Amino acid sequence: MRTLHKFHGGVHPPTHKLESTRSPITLAAMPSRLVIPLHQHVGNRAKPVVEVGAQVLKGQLIGRAEGRLSSAVHAPTSGTVLAIDMQQVAHPSGLPDLCITLKPDGKDQWIDHSGVDYTQTSHSDLRHLLRQAGVVGLGGAVFPSDLKAYAHKHKIHTLVLNGAECEPYITCDDMLMRERASDIVHGAEILRELLHAEEVLIGIEDNKPEAIAAMRQAVSGCAKCRMEVVSIPTLYPSGGAKQLIRILTGIEVAAGIRSTEKGVQCFNVATAYSTWRAIAHGEPLLSRIVTVTGNVANAQNFEVLLGTPVDELLAQAGCKADTDRYIMGGPMMGVQLPSNRVGITKATNCIIAASPALFPPPPPAMPCIRCTRCAQVCPAELQPQDLFWFAKSDNFGKAQEFHLFDCIECGACAYVCPSHIPLVNYYRYAKSEIWARERETEASEVARERHEYRLLRIEREKQEKAEKLAQKERATLAAKQASAQPSTSAVEPDDAAQQRIEAALARAREQAAASHPQNTDHLTPAQQAEIAAIDARRAQAHAAAAPQPNEDK
Amino acid sequence: MWMSPFFTRSTSVSQIMLRVLLALLPGVALYVWYFGPAILVSMTLASLTALCTEAAMLKLRNRPLKPFLSDNSALLTAWLLALSIPPLAPWWLVVVGTAFAIAVSKHLYGGLGSNPFNPAMIGYAVLIISFPVHMTHWLAPHGVGSLELSFSEQLAYIFNSALPDGATLDAITTATPLDTLKTQLHMGSTVTETHHMPIYGYLAGKGSELVALGFAAGGLYLLLARIITWHLPVAFLAALFVTAELFHLSNPAQYAAPLFHWFSGAAMLGAFFILTDPITSPTTAKGKLIFAACAGVLTYLIRVFGGFPDGVAFATLFMNICVPLIDAWTQPKVFGKKGGKP
Ligand code: SF4
Ligand code: SF4
Repeated sequence: MRTLHKFHGGVHPPTHKLESTRSPITLAAMPSRLVIPLHQHVGNRAKPVVEVGAQVLKGQLIGRAEGRLSSAVHAPTSGTVLAIDMQQVAHPSGLPDLCITLKPDGKDQWIDHSGVDYTQTSHSDLRHLLRQAGVVGLGGAVFPSDLKAYAHKHKIHTLVLNGAECEPYITCDDMLMRERASDIVHGAEILRELLHAEEVLIGIEDNKPEAIAAMRQAVSGCAKCRMEVVSIPTLYPSGGAKQLIRILTGIEVAAGIRSTEKGVQCFNVATAYSTWRAIAHGEPLLSRIVTVTGNVANAQNFEVLLGTPVDELLAQAGCKADTDRYIMGGPMMGVQLPSNRVGITKATNCIIAASPALFPPPPPAMPCIRCTRCAQVCPAELQPQDLFWFAKSDNFGKAQEFHLFDCIECGACAYVCPSHIPLVNYYRYAKSEIWARERETEASEVARERHEYRLLRIEREKQEKAEKLAQKERATLAAKQASAQPSTSAVEPDDAAQQRIEAALARAREQAAASHPQNTDHLTPAQQAEIAAIDARRAQAHAAAAPQPNEDK
Repeated sequence: MWMSPFFTRSTSVSQIMLRVLLALLPGVALYVWYFGPAILVSMTLASLTALCTEAAMLKLRNRPLKPFLSDNSALLTAWLLALSIPPLAPWWLVVVGTAFAIAVSKHLYGGLGSNPFNPAMIGYAVLIISFPVHMTHWLAPHGVGSLELSFSEQLAYIFNSALPDGATLDAITTATPLDTLKTQLHMGSTVTETHHMPIYGYLAGKGSELVALGFAAGGLYLLLARIITWHLPVAFLAALFVTAELFHLSNPAQYAAPLFHWFSGAAMLGAFFILTDPITSPTTAKGKLIFAACAGVLTYLIRVFGGFPDGVAFATLFMNICVPLIDAWTQPKVFGKKGGKP
């Protein structure tokens, strides 16, 4: 028996997983159109490589990975490209992003594709294939997997496979493990190979006995695999990568440190599955399992083509009439979708139809009574009540000193707070404010440097000119053999320039302090989008963290 | 837009406070049993005063009445104060103390969550400094006093200061066991001799020791219901015990045994209900231990060497001042930054 380790805190929210595990994974119906964002991963947005009106085949590349940190996007089915334009996307910022709209032709005709034998393929080729197939982390982080399956600096001893799925309502990994365990195990074996890891630990919460059994069987069927399926106690957020690593290995990976530095890498089970499909079958990432649950008649898991509009998917589960909001992800960390027309992305593990009855609005927030229930459940071992205080009073320096950026926004603190304070909103607000300020200082730093450089040049030129003038004058004077009265003209312009420069610098300083320089002219679209996203997040956090009417300020 | 988490566990502040109020009931029941129903009168008086003052202050500060009046925190302050002062205290004493506690030490500091000092203890301190004499008239336990008042006679005294014909205040009241011990020791008797006096029971004051036991039982419930954590009561009682034991060992005739201190005065009430006020105690585990241990030692020192009948209130208030410092000193290491551990 493996000794399991504990992480601090954690909560036991009602799981609501039974609703969506009663029926097997169903292939979702072919939607009327697909809205496929070109930015479904961490990193640069993919570059569209098809034209409007083009006929594409299933699996055909439609967005090329742009730069090192990026991922490819493919046509999930055969059809016609209707548009390449900005559309609303399933992203917390609620900002539109570049999408390819595809009209399926109903034939679902594959492009030529074939897999490789991974044992006969070099690691760099395998990584290339992963990149080509657009495989990214499907647990929600959507980090390109080829980059994660590469450990050149550190020796990796353990590959942790995350099947914990601790968020309430979500069961896509559970069902995937129950039904496709052997593909997962094979995919994990490829990832282990790529990392030269000694062993694979598959962590699954003990409220999924079927998944544990299926995975155990798959592992026992793979004689040479060094894998172990570990049943871990159900405790939110055990599925957080750092928490799971702690539970399985006892290693604590501090914020800001990569787990690889401690010899551990972590992948989601669905990512391992997609890895296997990509390598062994040559199938790019075209679909994913999505739990559709909440205020629906038949909660279940669907295999959904990326880009499928949320409303068409929900209709298949029998979305009830009083649904007023749509949540992507679970109730603890999920985000409310800007609309039900957005397309499913690689990050969409769950869609919850929410109604006022299902998630009643919280009662008005009361002041913090310092009861430390939040601190008792915080898995990052922070003092949420202090962070709240600092965030609320805009004391961002203190908030950072108290490890604001170690907060994983798991929501456990807000879940238990008896004063119903939307704590995480305050942390989001503080973080985005700090980011925005850092960006502003950076931008103004650049602007200041440029400005000063220009002033310096002007000054130098002036000085040179004055120098020349003076020399000329001196020469003329000498030539005229006038009285030996040294010219002051060389000094005067200098002084004047100095004064002007000082005045200009003062003005620049004033401007830097007062304005918000938008130094956006040389940024890539990705950077611009990121900035816009941060701004939107900031505005949102602002609104959400607006002082409660009955709270002391 | 509303953001995650989209649901919460629904224990509200008012439910927590309500459970603390409930946890006081065993102690209150024993109180009534041994000292008569006068305490219920002063608790009711204090409750009414607290609610009225709370409402008035909320109005003045332009706050919504409903969420704050129903949070039960004012009631808790009222009950704790009423339980700390003599049950036969005249009505105006209760009213003044409670009104001061709520208006000044709670609302002038910013209301719920912002007060640095325990409001009930501020109320107590103000009363004992302003009206020391009234604060010493404790009822003798059932079967000890030379004269016992009926409920209507108790009421008459509370509201009119009227005693039945021929009765004197001395006949119906007595000093507390703690005070008595102090006086007796001054007069040259030993602890053991004093313990044979009729107001003493098994460990401490007759009746009051059982009331303390009732509070301890309520505290145990709070622990089990996870309303409070063990740190504060355990550290406080342990520190009080150890300090008392050290003195007791050095001179048993002069210094009472630790259990006497545990079950005398407000020790149990303080350990489980007063120090554990979350607003005025530290937030870190280590901080709680330091805070409560210091309060335990201080309580003993004030009781034995100070001029006040009990030490809990002043020890609490003094430690309240230190809370920000203690919190700052005892910030725990966060996840992954502890070092050492595997
Ligand atoms: S749980 Fe809420 S009320 Fe309690 S300390 Fe934390 S923030 Fe304050
Ligand atoms: S949201 Fe942040 S502060 Fe709150 S419990 Fe999670 S990690 Fe801790």
